[in-house]
Amino acid sequence: MPLSAPLIEMRGISKSFGAVKANEAVDLSVAPGEILGLLGENGAGKTTLMNVLFGAYAPDAGEILVQGKPVTINSSADALAAGIGMVHQHFHLAPRLSVLENLLIGISGRSGRIDRAGGLARLGEIGRQHGLTLDPDLPVSALSVGEQQRLEIVKALFRGARLLILDEPTAVLAPTEVDGLFAALRSMSAQGLGIIFISHKLNEVRALTHRCVVLRHGRVAGRVDAPASTTSSEMARLMCGHEIVPPARGPSTPGAAVLTLEGISTSGHAGTPLRDVSLFVRAGEILGIAGVSGNGQRALADVISGVRAADAGQMTIAGKMVSRFSPREVQALGLGRIPEDRMTTGLVTNLPLADSMVLPRIGTGAFSRNGLLKPDAIRAFAEAQIKAYDIRCPGPMTRAGALSGGNLQKALLARELAFDPKVLIVSQPTRGLDIGAARFIHEKFLDMRTKGCGIIVIGEDLEELLMLSDRIAVMYEGRIAGTLASADATVARLGLMMTGAEGTA
Amino acid sequence: MSVVLEQIFQVGFLAAIIRIATPLAFATLGEMFSERAGVLNLGIEGIMLLSAMTGFTATSLSGSLWLGVLVAVLTGALMGALHALFTVALGLSQHVCGIGVTLFCSGLAYFLYRLIFGQQSVPPNIKGFETLPIPILSDIPVLGPAVFNQFSLVYMAMLAIPLAAFVLYRTPWGLSVRMVGENPRAADSAGVGVIATRFQAVVLGGALMGLAGAFLSMAQFNAFTFGVVSGRGWVAIALVVFGRWDPWRSAGAALLFAFVDALQLRMQASGLGHIPYEAFLMLPFVFTIVAMAVMSRSAVAPSALLKPFRREER
Repeated sequence: MPLSAPLIEMRGISKSFGAVKANEAVDLSVAPGEILGLLGENGAGKTTLMNVLFGAYAPDAGEILVQGKPVTINSSADALAAGIGMVHQHFHLAPRLSVLENLLIGISGRSGRIDRAGGLARLGEIGRQHGLTLDPDLPVSALSVGEQQRLEIVKALFRGARLLILDEPTAVLAPTEVDGLFAALRSMSAQGLGIIFISHKLNEVRALTHRCVVLRHGRVAGRVDAPASTTSSEMARLMCGHEIVPPARGPSTPGAAVLTLEGISTSGHAGTPLRDVSLFVRAGEILGIAGVSGNGQRALADVISGVRAADAGQMTIAGKMVSRFSPREVQALGLGRIPEDRMTTGLVTNLPLADSMVLPRIGTGAFSRNGLLKPDAIRAFAEAQIKAYDIRCPGPMTRAGALSGGNLQKALLARELAFDPKVLIVSQPTRGLDIGAARFIHEKFLDMRTKGCGIIVIGEDLEELLMLSDRIAVMYEGRIAGTLASADATVARLGLMMTGAEGTA
Repeated sequence: MSVVLEQIFQVGFLAAIIRIATPLAFATLGEMFSERAGVLNLGIEGIMLLSAMTGFTATSLSGSLWLGVLVAVLTGALMGALHALFTVALGLSQHVCGIGVTLFCSGLAYFLYRLIFGQQSVPPNIKGFETLPIPILSDIPVLGPAVFNQFSLVYMAMLAIPLAAFVLYRTPWGLSVRMVGENPRAADSAGVGVIATRFQAVVLGGALMGLAGAFLSMAQFNAFTFGVVSGRGWVAIALVVFGRWDPWRSAGAALLFAFVDALQLRMQASGLGHIPYEAFLMLPFVFTIVAMAVMSRSAVAPSALLKPFRREER
């Protein structure tokens, strides 16, 4: 553990957005060579705090010291000048520009021209130091997500960052890529760089960091001096303020197949197409679909929910052949769907919540007659669901976009479950939700399983999939790389299959 | 058709293409700079008209052609700044503000023109630019008199194209322009001033549009009329798409449009008189629509085009 003076120190940082206090009197410091974990649930203020440090937001109160001297950071340019680099959760790269161009942006060359030779030399040097190699002339759009992240790290080092902030860097990576990232971070730490590692994956934090700060409701809820020897449940308690007990999954007695796919292939330009995908889900069973994002999961969800037609292959729902692949057809056959992106495909953010909750069934007799809506029925339905699912909102006429992620997800779940689907397909069901809301969603899935619904959960969080699923299928490059019974599945084994290294039928 | 083919390979025809392409090239490069930075400038039609008017007026009053050009360029830059104020600094809708700028500039041009020159039965004219043959080069057969015996503004346009490409692809400022048009958040986190860069690009674009206007009233027509621009600004917007936001391709698109326009002029004048001349007038625009339909499928606009940048917005 390094003992030198802090590289960076934040004292009493407060920041409010309107009435919401995102940060309140937060103290934090990082020493040279130290990897500091910053933990907290969604909305705990981690990202806001780092945006203050990086100059994106001006703090309402508090000061920032760089190597003991107070500094004012009003912009990312100030932050870079102070030696602070940040790798955002959503990469800040221009896809159609090359790797080198993305590196050289904002760096003025000699005699007003872009200094290509100097840039190449520096890129090579950083690559050798930390094992972060990249092809300088490839357009960013041709890089994998892991490589784009590497570019973001190189970009920060390129600008002479001595402190590197990484906002949930592992959320987008496959388990093997995570190992590579950790190796690079340890190499940087060994050379005296400070690192702030933001995550809510406790096992990663315990494996990587030297020290942790836990935020809750914008305040420091606790500090952990030896993360490696602290248990995950202790840290979880600091994050949520109470114990979290995972829901129990009873034994299942699966019935007949409620959804089958036989040799489904797709084409088209939106994402990775499916290639000869066959799978089935039985009543009372949860099938997990694991895989690094972008390996055909979206196409799979689109085909099953009737948004996209298959070019080849057959699909049945509850024993009936799907012929036209339209959302209305698969819904009539008994399919419920919770899409990956709540805000854009889930509901209409500018319309009242009640309208969004009946949207898929707006043409049915329940909510319209002779081409006219039945506003009373719509309102009554929404009110009943709001009560049943404890959706926190001012009322059914609230603009849907004003709800928090957890409440939106509950609303979507309520909308589908109200009509007793035989099959339910959900993508990333708890992404962006805090532990409490995620717990609620998990319980509902397990309830539905007991009631005989077949559920497909597409996700990237392996621990969640392992907890929920009876079987887990792994997708790789548009194919099913293999299916494991959850008793045989481990994170390590699934991780290998996700990179195409192992195929077990 | 042989009449038409004969026309094409005449020196006069080639010279006409270059002349017609010049204002389009300036306007297209101007719009391209603006759009590469993420700002659509629908004010182009009005900016060209107002610049044509102010340039003409300055020359008419002072007798100096280059003073007129300077005034036109400054007018364009100023109107570019107005558009940038609304769309970049205040982050308002680029469509609405652009149309507003065009309406404002057109109205202002008519108003000032009437105020200065009153109502005259014969519109006043100036002694505009004269052709400036370049020694030696203009003696090359066919190509020489067509390309190197032109107005000095034409030569400026020829130089502006490689210069624009150099600035856009080889200088840090050009990289910043491309970056703020693709991903302003990335540029911001790299310490590039997004607002400043966009502002500069839109002002530079406006200045180039001003140059286009100056060419129309001071070299091509030597007079200002209210129809002096007649849709060339709108065409430039299409040519930017056709040229895939690249200086060389955009200039090529301007040349192609000019070719069709020169062709229809010749066809009007030639023996095909039984066809109403309006049919020929349509040709360049039909060409534009067809070209757009063919090209725009594969053309990819700058990702952040039309998107205002506000830092504290997630």
